[in-house]
Amino acid sequence: MTALNKKLVRDLWRMRGQLVTVALVVACGIATYVTMRGSYESIANAQREYYAKYRFADVFASLKRAPNSLEASIAAIPGVSRVQTRIVVEVTLDVPGLQEPGLGRLVSIPERGVPDLNDLCLRRGRNIEPGRRDEVLVSEAFAKANQLDVGATIGAVINGRWEPLRIVGIALSPEYVYEIRGAEVFPDNRRFGVFWMSREALGPAFNMEGGFNDVSISLSPGGSEAEVISRLDNLMEPYGGLGAYGRYDQISNRFLSDEIVQDRITGIFIPAIFLAVAAFLIHVVLSRLVHTQRSAIGLLKAFGFGNTSVALHYLGFALAAVLLGTLLGVPLGIWLGRGLSRLYQDFFRFPELRFAPTLDMIVSAVAISGAAACFGALSALRSVSALPPAEAMRPESPARFRPGIAERLGLQRFVSLSARMILRNLERRPWKAALSILGLACAGAILIVGFYFYDAIEYLVRVEFQSAAREDVGITFNEPHGSSARFSVERLPGVLRAEPFRAVPARLRFQHRSRRVGILGLSDDRDLRRIVDQHLRVIGLPPEGIVLSQSLAGILGVSPGDTITIEVLEGQRPVRRIIVAGTVEDLIGTSAYMDIGALNRLMREGETVSGAFLSVDPLAAPGLYSFLKKTPAVSGVNVREAMLQSFRNTIAQSLNLSTGALISFACVIAFGIVYNGALIALSERAHELASLRVLGFTRTEIGWMLLGEQAILAGVSIPMGFLMGYGICGLLVYSMQSELYRMPLVISGRTYAFAFITIALASAISGVLIAQKLRNLDLVAVLKARE
Amino acid sequence: MPDTVFHVRKVSKVYRMGEVEVHALRGVNLELFPGEFVVLLGPSGSGKSTLLNILGGLDVPTSGEVYYLDHNLTTAEPAELTRYRREHVGFVFQFYNLIPSLTALENTALVTEIAENPLDPLECLRLVGLEERLNHFPAQMSGGEQQRVAIARAIAKRPEVLLCDEPTGALDYPTGKLVLEVLERVNRELGTITVVITHNVVIAEMADRVIRISSGEIVDIHKNEKKMAPSALTW
Ligand SMILES: Nc1ncnc2c1ncn2[C@@H]1O[C@H](COP(=O)(O)OP(=O)(O)O)[C@@H](O)[C@H]1O
Ligand SMILES: [Mg+2]
Repeated sequence: MTALNKKLVRDLWRMRGQLVTVALVVACGIATYVTMRGSYESIANAQREYYAKYRFADVFASLKRAPNSLEASIAAIPGVSRVQTRIVVEVTLDVPGLQEPGLGRLVSIPERGVPDLNDLCLRRGRNIEPGRRDEVLVSEAFAKANQLDVGATIGAVINGRWEPLRIVGIALSPEYVYEIRGAEVFPDNRRFGVFWMSREALGPAFNMEGGFNDVSISLSPGGSEAEVISRLDNLMEPYGGLGAYGRYDQISNRFLSDEIVQDRITGIFIPAIFLAVAAFLIHVVLSRLVHTQRSAIGLLKAFGFGNTSVALHYLGFALAAVLLGTLLGVPLGIWLGRGLSRLYQDFFRFPELRFAPTLDMIVSAVAISGAAACFGALSALRSVSALPPAEAMRPESPARFRPGIAERLGLQRFVSLSARMILRNLERRPWKAALSILGLACAGAILIVGFYFYDAIEYLVRVEFQSAAREDVGITFNEPHGSSARFSVERLPGVLRAEPFRAVPARLRFQHRSRRVGILGLSDDRDLRRIVDQHLRVIGLPPEGIVLSQSLAGILGVSPGDTITIEVLEGQRPVRRIIVAGTVEDLIGTSAYMDIGALNRLMREGETVSGAFLSVDPLAAPGLYSFLKKTPAVSGVNVREAMLQSFRNTIAQSLNLSTGALISFACVIAFGIVYNGALIALSERAHELASLRVLGFTRTEIGWMLLGEQAILAGVSIPMGFLMGYGICGLLVYSMQSELYRMPLVISGRTYAFAFITIALASAISGVLIAQKLRNLDLVAVLKARE
Repeated sequence: MPDTVFHVRKVSKVYRMGEVEVHALRGVNLELFPGEFVVLLGPSGSGKSTLLNILGGLDVPTSGEVYYLDHNLTTAEPAELTRYRREHVGFVFQFYNLIPSLTALENTALVTEIAENPLDPLECLRLVGLEERLNHFPAQMSGGEQQRVAIARAIAKRPEVLLCDEPTGALDYPTGKLVLEVLERVNRELGTITVVITHNVVIAEMADRVIRISSGEIVDIHKNEKKMAPSALTW
């Protein structure tokens, strides 16, 4: 080993504390990159491969009923490659262990062969056999949530009667990577499942023999989606078409694709924060090292070592940090990535979702952090080459100070001398102070963002589950009923109050823009189901006109006062014009509300209802549920508390991992900055502190003089971090808003308090570690030598 | 015989450096009296600084006893030594050890923040002839000026004893003389016991007593019949 390398090793050992803290920050950068980029790539690949291998369709449509002969006309549409017609129906399920009824979606598959489109991936068991009409395949998500295995049976209301469905296999479909019911946002795999069943069995049971009510299409290369959709809509119009849509509006694909885009964005900017902090820390540590070793540098240069070899020698620190950071960060990233993919598996069901970071990606993670580290190092090493040998060997003159801001403002009499020392030390290197504050503020902001998701979820729950939806149970009839249904519902066992609603599928149109939605008609004496905006304001419904979600109004480009066209997609399919009475800033979905009377009038129907929201006596609930299970006229039952529970469980799980990771990463940053800042200050000011001890100052007193600097930096950074955190949350809210949901920008006092405590604690711990070093301050030795 | 302020009894100090033992002091006995000006003379490495540091509570002897009045410095806890330094001792070193971020006035005033009965910092700076340089930072002052600030800082707490380790060692002749004049004046006007280490024999002529140390032992204590004024010294 050359002498220079020995010196490097010795230096590294002596500076191990600093090396480790910097390496940890680098490790976080690498780990977050590997985790996030890796997740992004693996999920994007999984999606691409899944869709290709299992022939995920490009265009989807549902209709009331069309004869099989229509299939040929659909196939003849230019741009259509393959057509798969199906029967898709929803039925009430008797889920083992659940009091309330569940909802099953039965999807037809050919008895022989495989579906042309949206093929199934059989996970366990076997395919259905021709002729055995009670056999079904069940979605893995539902099977897992309910611990159903091959051989189990589950009851479903088919054709008005309870029929047992025999599970012969467990399957996945590219259509249900994200398996949710209707227009909901979060999965409830316990109460909603997809079943695949022979078409020959489904057809007769649902009056669909010789016909279909669902169609999927794949496009030929170059085929225009918009063109195909519009022709398909025309073809299906007479058959109760509910409007065709492309992959973009396919709910599972939409959630999945949104998630992938978010992963790509966070996978860039979170690692960038860590690497910037690492570069900064390497810069300050090396600047100090070069400074204390100026005479050694002079000596090396006098011996004839060139600038490059001297600079390379010090670059060793940066490279050691990157090496250590890689050794820690890559396994950590892979471990976190695996955990994340396991979580993803609970939301997104793929035949295979393996977190497989490619060598490419790891190499680029290391290269990027290496580049950041070298950037930090080289900016510190510029002074090496600027130093002529003779100059380097002379001791430095005392540090120059100027009167501080307090003096310039004439406030010195109010500022104690030790405070003046602290302020002047900060003011002497304003950039370093500013960057330290910025780094600490980033840590604070990361914490705010981490905790914010809990706030957003809690708030969402408050708005949606506690203010808007206050019913215990919502029931949907299998077809619209006259208003007398309302009274029969009220007389059900355990029902305390019932509020009818009318739901009408429709296409809203304004100029060239249109959107398929369900119009929800609510009764005017409503108390259970209300319309609440994101500021928790209860919105009233006018006796005429329609009230739209702000997001829906945005999509249509309408504002209150405009008149829009409503094309109803059921019954006589009337087309009407209606005035937009108002908009509501809500958080979930794209909704359209009307007064139930106004909606009935619009439909030119009597007092018709689609279902009811109920308030239920908890003691009588089990009886009610079993009654509802046996009532064929009721096709859907939603229990609010159960939905809330399952929502909280799934969300909490995924949040805990990411928030846990974010908290530890933020601590690493805060710790790294304060520890290195204080350690460098200690080395710069050891002399001064020792002389203060000689003058009779206690260790505690000089401890404060040393750490006060870091305390001020941390103190200033905290409100900045709060602001930055708020800003980032604002950006997140803005960039993540979609038709599916909008996140409320609410940050609780608890979140700020957690962030504050975490930063303060991380700073305090590193402060205590440094204060320990003050014990070892050798007064006599320090004073003998000139600095 | 005036009351003794310091009692040093059979003090030895052994530094252990790995295998080697360095006997810096070997059985030193010494007394210091109120108001006297003492010069410690001796070759480099003879133990002068070690003795001074023990007197000032920066270090403790390996054996023997040191008393400041009725404070036993040998058995004192580190915290007691800190308080002892804070209340009674002023130090001046070869390198001035000023706080670079504080001005001359602030360096002096710093000590008065922790002292019981301090002098006015302005007074102290006037005493060392620096009333013109109050708001200068150390980096803006010459070596002699910095050393005088160090003296002003040392006396601002009104210490009983002023311990100076080669205060002129880093200064040129005229500046060194100026500093000695300041020390003499402090000793005369404030009555502070002043101990000055030097290897410059000439300086010994301004002392009340001259103590010679060699190889960790006191070899001679000489009482000057007539003190010379620092201005009269030449070397
Ligand atoms: N901290 C120490 N560790 C080891 N040896 C020391 C230490 N301080 C002083 N010495 C040794 O003790 C002896 C006396 O030192 P010192 O009192 O500084 O001498 P002087 O001030 O007279 O030059 C010297 O040999 C010196 O090397
Ligand atoms: Mg000495």
